[in-house]
Amino acid sequence: MEEYKPPPLPSPFNNTTPPPTLLTQGAEAHLYKTTSLNPSIPAALKIRPSKPYRHPILDRRLTRQRITSEARCLAKLVREGVSVPALLALDWEGHGGTEGGWGGAWLMMEWIDGPVVRVVLEQWEAWMKQNQGSLDSSQIENEEARVRDLLRKMGSAIGVLHKAGVVHGDLTTSNLMLRPPADASGAVDGAGSPSTEGDVVLIDFGLASQSNQDEDRAVDLYVLERAIGSTHPRSEPMFDALIAGYRDSYKGAVSALKRLEDVRMRGRKRSMLEMDATVPHTSYD
Amino acid sequence: MIAIGMEGSANKLGIGIMLHPKDGSAPQVLANIRHTYVSPPGEGFLPKDTARHHRSWVVKLVKQALKEAKVSVDDVDCICFTKGPGMGAPLQSVVIAARMLSLLWGKELVGVNHCVGHIEMGRLITGATNPVVLYVSGGNTQVIAYSSQRYRIFGETLDMAVGNCLDRFARTLHISNDPAPGYNIEQLAKQGKQLVDLPYVVKGMDCSFSGILAAIDGLAKQWGLGGEEKAREDEQKTLDSTTVGGDSLESKPTRADLCFSLQETVFSMLVEITERAMAHVGSKQVLIVGGVGSNERLQEMMGIMARDRGGSVYATDERFCIDNGIMIAQAGMLAYGTGFRTPLSESTCTQRFRTDEVFVKWRD
Repeated sequence: MEEYKPPPLPSPFNNTTPPPTLLTQGAEAHLYKTTSLNPSIPAALKIRPSKPYRHPILDRRLTRQRITSEARCLAKLVREGVSVPALLALDWEGHGGTEGGWGGAWLMMEWIDGPVVRVVLEQWEAWMKQNQGSLDSSQIENEEARVRDLLRKMGSAIGVLHKAGVVHGDLTTSNLMLRPPADASGAVDGAGSPSTEGDVVLIDFGLASQSNQDEDRAVDLYVLERAIGSTHPRSEPMFDALIAGYRDSYKGAVSALKRLEDVRMRGRKRSMLEMDATVPHTSYD
Repeated sequence: MIAIGMEGSANKLGIGIMLHPKDGSAPQVLANIRHTYVSPPGEGFLPKDTARHHRSWVVKLVKQALKEAKVSVDDVDCICFTKGPGMGAPLQSVVIAARMLSLLWGKELVGVNHCVGHIEMGRLITGATNPVVLYVSGGNTQVIAYSSQRYRIFGETLDMAVGNCLDRFARTLHISNDPAPGYNIEQLAKQGKQLVDLPYVVKGMDCSFSGILAAIDGLAKQWGLGGEEKAREDEQKTLDSTTVGGDSLESKPTRADLCFSLQETVFSMLVEITERAMAHVGSKQVLIVGGVGSNERLQEMMGIMARDRGGSVYATDERFCIDNGIMIAQAGMLAYGTGFRTPLSESTCTQRFRTDEVFVKWRD
């Protein structure tokens, strides 16, 4: 099998020094680190390569729709003072690529320094597990209070986002970053437990949309709750801190949280069989 | 070990006979025959008529399959049947036949999930070991990946199945249902040139087709392209072999253009959700199963996507893609090998039977 090669970069990124470095590759987009205006200013570059399997007209339509919707959300959120990366530039018909022209669309954003919350929580959970024996109850309480504080900040950031009329569509701990304060000495404090200092920044608005509906807001929270449950089992019991942070962040939060109760009851996938009591449950067991 | 597989969850009645050699060498298909209930153009197949069709053909098909396979009843180890999902009445008529044979011949029964049958047959034929599976047919649209003893559903349709969407548009255009409406749409789409704007509905790894069907039905009506008369005109045109120009995007769309646009749109959605699932689970293999999986345009698009990810696509032809008895025999035999049996008292069928309810004991 051939080794995987990312698609060629659209111009001008095929001709910059140093070349952009690939950070992550999803199904839809590739994320690179590059520089903007001046080699000392880092920037994040998100490229949506064209999808050759799609009809070219449909491909352009979808790529353009998605990248402009993401850009509109970002621009709106920056205006509203929500903590998201600033939008620097975009091209919905990026040139370059192999077939003379259409090489996809790209979006350049402010570079956010700092870890994603997933990494912070993973480090914290690992550290707690390692030091379980040596911590007394007041130290454990202190540690948990720090994480509760982080979750509260996350809830508050999401509340501010929702207040601005945008739902994220794909909230996970990988899409929340922790930007350490400017005067921070290091990411790790003396004892080795990861720092939870700093601002929470929301990233990746590829699936975001503009909405003021309780349903959409509740689904946003529910998706995050499920994500925390599956990736950070130790932090999950503290999810109420996130809810509290969210509740205090804007006026409409109360009705969105009420809706969250319904969404939880509903679950993501309807099991058709459970509704039908007459059918015996089958397993090849 | 020899198993008979009996399938009749929709309008195809299939009987297959499968041999799993005792020495562990590759399984052999001894017989795989099918009879399809074809409804007139403009109509779908109704449960009661389809069930009647299955009832009147099942004995004939079983006899013929045994003859083709050159095996006697004594050689058969078990009788596998489709437990679900599918249409109630057709499922029932086949279950009754399976039960009857079980009592008559003194053979054990194995109830099989139809979707798992498709997956297992696809794996056997193509040799794909652990692929992301796109299961697309007239009744099902799911993106599936295997993980710890279950075929887990990562994405699925929120309303109708993709095959149902195509079939119903074929009804709008009065396209023949012989051999299958989807096949005839595919042929007509090959002459299509211009892409009309249709909704594109992907939500995460799920998708929706009912709005697209409503939109394209509306376009057919708006341009006066539906109905019997237009279908006849179309036949005339192919006889005259005049090529209809479609270069100008503003020109009136043809019936072929609509079929082309519908295929391009819904298949793009399917490839997109499959790609997302592949990125999620980190797999490079895709297996397409189900009746719509025999569409060559879908296979081509999936192939391009897989190639760009450094992987490959596995697909089968109509013998194994479209509902058949052999896949039921294959999945049934795998379960049978692990000791699974369906006692007579539990040999029921159900219209609703999710892929992820089956405990897959035969895989690691």
